[in-house]
Formats: sequence, C-alpha cells, structure tokens
Amino acid sequence: MADLTSNFIGIKSPNPFWLASAPPTDKEYNVRRAFEAGWGGVVWKTLGEEGPPIVNVNGPRYGGIYGGDRRLIGLNNLELITDRPLQQNLQEIKAVKRDYPDRAMIVSLMVPCEEDAWKTILPVVEETGADGIELNFGCPHGMAERGMGAAVGQVPEYIEMVTRWCKQYTRMPVIVKLTPNITDIRKPAEAAHRGGADAVSLINTINSITSVNLDTFAPEPTIDGWGAHGGYCGPAVKPIALNMVAEIARSAETANLPISGIGGVSNWRDAAEFMALGAGNVQVCTAAMTYGFKVVQEMISGLSQYMDERGITSTSEIVGRAVPNAKDWQDLNLNYIAKAKIDQDLCIACGRCFAACEDTSHQAITMSDDRVFEVQNDECVACNLCALVCPVENCISMEAQAAGTVDERTGKVIPEEYANWTTHPNNPTGAMCNVMPEDG
Amino acid sequence: MPNDMQTSGIADHRLSPPDYADNFSDLHAPLSDHEALVAADRCYFCHDAPCMDACPTTIDIPLFIRQISTGTADAAANTIFSQNILGGMCARVCPTETLCEEVCVRETAEGKPVLIGQLQRYATDGMMAKAHPFTRAADTGNKIAVVGAGPAGLACAHRLSMNGHAVTVFDARAKGGGLNEFGIAAYKSVGGFAQTEVEWLLSIGGIAVKYDSPLGNGLSIDNLKADYDAVFLGIGLGGVNALRAEGEDKDNVVDAVDFIEGLRQASDMGTVPVGRHVVVIGGGMTAVDAAVQSKLLGADEVTMVYRRGKERMSASEFEQELATSKGVRLIYNAAPMRVTGNGAAQAVEFAYTHDVNGKLENTGETFTIVADQVFKAIGQTLDGAPDGLALDGGKIKVNEVGQTSDPAIWAGGDCASGGDDLTVTAVAEGRDAAEAINNKLTAEG
Repeated sequence: MADLTSNFIGIKSPNPFWLASAPPTDKEYNVRRAFEAGWGGVVWKTLGEEGPPIVNVNGPRYGGIYGGDRRLIGLNNLELITDRPLQQNLQEIKAVKRDYPDRAMIVSLMVPCEEDAWKTILPVVEETGADGIELNFGCPHGMAERGMGAAVGQVPEYIEMVTRWCKQYTRMPVIVKLTPNITDIRKPAEAAHRGGADAVSLINTINSITSVNLDTFAPEPTIDGWGAHGGYCGPAVKPIALNMVAEIARSAETANLPISGIGGVSNWRDAAEFMALGAGNVQVCTAAMTYGFKVVQEMISGLSQYMDERGITSTSEIVGRAVPNAKDWQDLNLNYIAKAKIDQDLCIACGRCFAACEDTSHQAITMSDDRVFEVQNDECVACNLCALVCPVENCISMEAQAAGTVDERTGKVIPEEYANWTTHPNNPTGAMCNVMPEDG
Repeated sequence: MPNDMQTSGIADHRLSPPDYADNFSDLHAPLSDHEALVAADRCYFCHDAPCMDACPTTIDIPLFIRQISTGTADAAANTIFSQNILGGMCARVCPTETLCEEVCVRETAEGKPVLIGQLQRYATDGMMAKAHPFTRAADTGNKIAVVGAGPAGLACAHRLSMNGHAVTVFDARAKGGGLNEFGIAAYKSVGGFAQTEVEWLLSIGGIAVKYDSPLGNGLSIDNLKADYDAVFLGIGLGGVNALRAEGEDKDNVVDAVDFIEGLRQASDMGTVPVGRHVVVIGGGMTAVDAAVQSKLLGADEVTMVYRRGKERMSASEFEQELATSKGVRLIYNAAPMRVTGNGAAQAVEFAYTHDVNGKLENTGETFTIVADQVFKAIGQTLDGAPDGLALDGGKIKVNEVGQTSDPAIWAGGDCASGGDDLTVTAVAEGRDAAEAINNKLTAEG
C-alpha cells in the first residue's frame, strides 16, 4: 500500500484527506468519530469571537439537488459558524489534538475586521496545540451581512490586511479560505499571498437557492415561508472548484502558493484530480455528510491503489502534474481532429446519441431501421455530446485522426503541426504568417 | 372431516380461507410512490423507443415514465389512456415479457427491463381513482352499434363516443368486460377491477349498454345495419376446440374457459371445486391460467401437458415459470390418446410426440397420468359470426382498419383476423376501427 503521508505547509497528516470546516467538524464527538474512521485531519468549524453565541435558524438548514436514483449531487447550507461557546470549542480542540497528535488540527476563524479582534483570538487558539488556522473569508450568508466571511473575501485589500495581522500575531501557519463568489479568483489569492498567507484553500460555498416550493412559492430551504440564499457545495460544484484551483496554480503570481482543494471531493479520484491541478491536499464535507465518515476508507484505498499501479511513492508526486496542461482556449491545437466512434458490441440501441446529435448537434449519427447507430465522419466535429449522453461506459469514444489523413468533414489533410487561434487566418488580431489549420 | 388437498375426487374447501385469500391476491402488488420513482429512474428515455414499437397500442412509454419521474403521474395516465383506454387492465394482464419489456434496452444491457407494466399500473390506478380524463366531442347525430363488451368493443365504443357518436353496446352476458371479467387469471385482476374499469370507461357518457343481448336471439345483424350508421363486432371466440381423443365425453372432462369463468364469478374461492389430480391439456395462456388456479384452489397434483416443445408454447417463459413456481408440473411433447374411467375421468393416457419433417408424430411410447379432472385448453374458435362475412383462417376477415367484407361492418379483437389474441391487441383494433368508422361517417357528412 502506497505511503499517503501528507505534508501540507509543514502540517503533517497520515493522508491528504481533511474534513472541511463545516457542520461535521463542529464538536469533539464528531471529530473523534472522524479520526477513528481514518480522516487525516480536520478544519474545526469556524470559531467567532468571545461573546454571546451565534444564533442559527431552526427550520431546515440545508437544501439539496438530486441526480439519478436520488443521489445527492448538490447541497445548499445556510448554517452559520459555530453556535457553541468559544471556550467550549477551545477545550474540545485541545482534548482531541492531545489524543490524536498525528492528525492535522486546523482551526477555522472568523472575527470582525478589526486588528484587536484577531489579536485577541489568535493566542487562545494557539494555546490549544492546533497545527494551523484557516481564515474563513468565504461564508456567503449571514456572517457576510455582518461584514465578515465572503464580505471580506470579496475585497482583496481586506484579505491582505487580515492575513498580515494573523501572520504578525501567531506562529501558526495561516491558510486563507477563498470565496468563489467573485469574478476572478486570482485576485483574492494574490492578496492572500501578499499578506503572507502560507496557503489558500478553496472553494467555499457558492451563493445559491436550491429550489422553489411551487405550492407556497417560497425559495427552498424555506424557513417559515421565506428562503434566503445559502452556500452551494457537493459534487455539482466540483468543476467550478477545479477551475479556480487551476487558475491559481497556473498563474505566475501565485504559482508557488500552496492550495488546499475543496469543492465536491467525493472519492479518491476527485481528490487526485484536485491534487493534479495543484492542490497539496483536499478538504471534504458533502461526501461525509451524505454517506458518513467511512467514505474516507475508499479514498485511502483508492488513492493508494492508483499510486501503486503507477509506481508513485508520494502524494507530492501527483500535486500539480496536470497544471502544465491547463491552458487558455486560444492555446488549444486547432489541427487536432477527432471523430466519435461507437462500439457496436457495447451499444444497447437506446438511441440517445442519435437524438442528441440529430436534434441538437451536427446530424452526424445515422439510425437504421433495425436500430444500428453509426457515426458519419463527414459531419462529426467530435463535440463529445453523444458519448456524454450514452448510458454505457466506453461505448462511444473520441478517436484522434492521424495527421496526414483526410478529415472527411472538411476534405482537407490533417496537418502534423500544432496551430492555434493566435495564428489562425480568421483571427483579426492574429499573426497571419503561420500554418493555417484549415488549409492543410 | 373437512376437505384438504388429499381429499379424493373433485372437492371444494380444500384450503383454509386465509390460504385462498393469499393465493388469489395480486400477482404483483401495486408499486408504492417510492418504488415507482426508483423504477421510473431506470428509464433511459430512448429515442424512437423499442418498447413503444412493441406495444400493440403504441403507448408513448418513455414519455409516461418521465412524467411519473417528475411527479406528474396523472399526465402519465393521460399519455397512456389516450392510446389505450384499457391501460389499467393491460398493465395487469399484458405479457410485457414478450412485448415492451422484452425489447427494453435495459433488458439488453442488464437482463432487467424497466418495470413498464407496473409503472403503467401505478399511473393508471392513480387516475382511475380520481376521474375520467376525457370528454365527448359535440354530438354528431350518428348512431353506432357495438356487439360485444369485451376489450375490443369497449375500446371501440369509447373512442366513438369521444368523437361525438352515440353508441349502443350489446353483450350476450349479464356483465361487461368480456374476457377481462370472465377469462384471465383471478390473481391478475383482483378486487373486481374488470367491473370497476368498465364503469369508469363508460363514465365518459354517450354509451348505452344492453346486456343479455346475444346476436341471434332477436338481435340480427340486418336489423343493426338498418338501425345504426355502422356496426362493430367484437364477439370474441365462443367455440372451443375438441381434443379428438377417445373418452373426451366422460364426466369431469371440461373446457378450461368454463372452469376459469366459474372461478372468476365465484365470490368465495372456497366454493369452487377442483380435482385432487388435475390434468390440463394445452400450451397457451388459458392452459396456464387453468393449471395455476387449480393449484391455488388446493389441487394436490396439477400437470399441464403440451403436445409440442417448450419453445413452441404460446404461454411466455414468465408464465411457464409462474406455473412451475406454483407447483404445476409441465410436460412437453406429449399428446392425449384417451381419457379412461368408468363414467367419470380417472386417468389420461398420453403418447410422446416428436417432429418428423415438420409433422407431429407419436413416438410410440405412452404414459398415463391419474386425473379426476381434465381441462381442455387447446384453443378457441369463432362461433356465431353473422353469415355472409368473409373469413380468413377461421376468423372474420378484416382490412388494416378493421373493416369486414361488408363495408358497413367492422370487427376487432379475437374474432377478427390478424394480430395476437391479447387484450392489448383487441384494444388497438377496437380503437383503430372506431377511428376508421369516424373517418368514414365524417367524410359522408
């Protein structure tokens, strides 16, 4: 079994799977169960400043989106930060860390944007023996309305300022958790970097309304007839999170800034994908909330098998390996030609590929009277929709066409050379002197 | 001493009341809401779906299943009923394993089709408990006679009424429904569903039903043609094929259809007598229904004997498995030679058969099965069809829209040529004949 030991900004854990700061990490009881199940670390649910505890709604706090077979693929949460007394949380954090010294214990924090508030809370957290802190600049509801959470995360100057305070007043590593509710994720990441952050973690949840009750005409989750936007997470947000992680990882300004990847990580494969795009480790929440803490065991065995099969001996070998391949659209090779291919032995003749192509795409699949579906290479642009709607795995694939052969759709020979939009003749701003993809 | 399964001869009350209730309960319990959602979730919403093609009434199956999955089961019921007004009964009695579910792509992929029949029942049961979804078009002034209140006649009458015509249905029996009421196995239509369905169907209005009105007994086809603008015949198959075996006339050698009819009309299954040793001769659905229900009534030994091989049996694989699961013994490739017994049947002597150049011949080897009750289920024949109509293969000859050789007379269901003798086929033929009649009368003005 592969060695999954993780060292993220100097914080060691037996595996790279941490539980994100969220309802599952709000109490000693839950966190002990998580560690018993095998989680490598936890980010304790966000602590606020000393004082009257936070108040939560007691109607539904979550809303959900289902995929097939009533699988929860998206979760909306409008719970706030911990609603338990600060001292109680601190005592529990200390007790758990004492009993599980090999696990990562990160404490998420959110106090007002005032230097004193941060200066006050940091020493008491440090006293627990925690391995690091995560600054919650991401919560999109409730706390944001009070000038915290996403309200900070949306203003790079505030991020930089608070990060700097934290680096000044604690020796603990500082992770800045970013909100995705912005237009360019690189800006807040750069601000954290400037402020001296040891790492960023992302994404926090996305502003969302999961559904509307069509009897009461109230957004859901509905509290006494009204709804408010909450934070969206779960498998549905993974593509958004992957892109944001990649944006930071491949940006020159933040290329060396460690990233803790968050957003819909549900299994070992998701975790490995985040790591390949630059995340040093991952944080998980919805998968645990959906299936319980035991899911980490599949993540551990799966990542281990993957690494063994490829002779990878350390998780750090995975980190960032896909980053050089993450490009802008304009970099993509326009001379690359693929065609859909249907494996007739696997085909169950449902005809979904035909409907998708005929109705909404390129009329590149024909259907015979006896329900044989065939790709017409002279129409196929390899858009991949047929493969995506096919219910049988690997039945439809996109086959690269060899350079030097003729693309039946254009009638032109496929060039060997790489050529992208920047050099394309149709590009009004492009250089006109290079190889023209359409001209062979 | 009360009767039990070992009581000799033909006897009633072989079982306890709870056993009867259990044996004759729903073959497939209705799907719960949850089960329906899980089942509907498996449908791939195929393009030009094979299941739809396989349905004789061409119900848009992917659409109705998607409607169920989005919480609009009544819309699903509308999709079904607009093609098949007896969709409720068809959901119960269709041999889906040889129709829609046989060609389901998930049968292809995993050997487990989407539960199309049970989902159809889920949708139709819900709607039937609420209302009748259709209304009649404006009265056309046309009058049409429908002979036979079975699936073909009812489907025809309903569609004609929807189109605004005034319909009178004549049926020989005291109740409507045809084989839905008097045939098919009791465990496929529990709780008096056949009558419920007839009442629900008729609630569209515009349909008068005259029971106890057989053709011939003062009701002539000539009179109907004179009094109505069109006539539809859905008279079924009233005759039964003979065994052509020695001793066929002995006591307790009876037609399976009569046994099933008696059973279907019994209010207490305990009162239906059945032999200790029952032999059913035939290989179709009627044979299976007679054999299985004999066992369910408490017969000690039930043997079903078919003269050809398993692959030729018209009862589906599912029906054959159902029979064996209930304890019926199936014997293939054996033909009855004679029924023996002094006055009443005591045994049946069979000869093994084999195929010689496409012709069935006895091998010369014989065997005997003890039988105190013998059911003949080797097919029904047309009986009492009006004179003068052309026949085809022993049935009333019709064209693709159900018109007979007399342009004023249409026919459908088991009595008409073409199609399988299935409820769903009868519904399709009745419906299509109604549309053809409507087109003709509308064109004539």
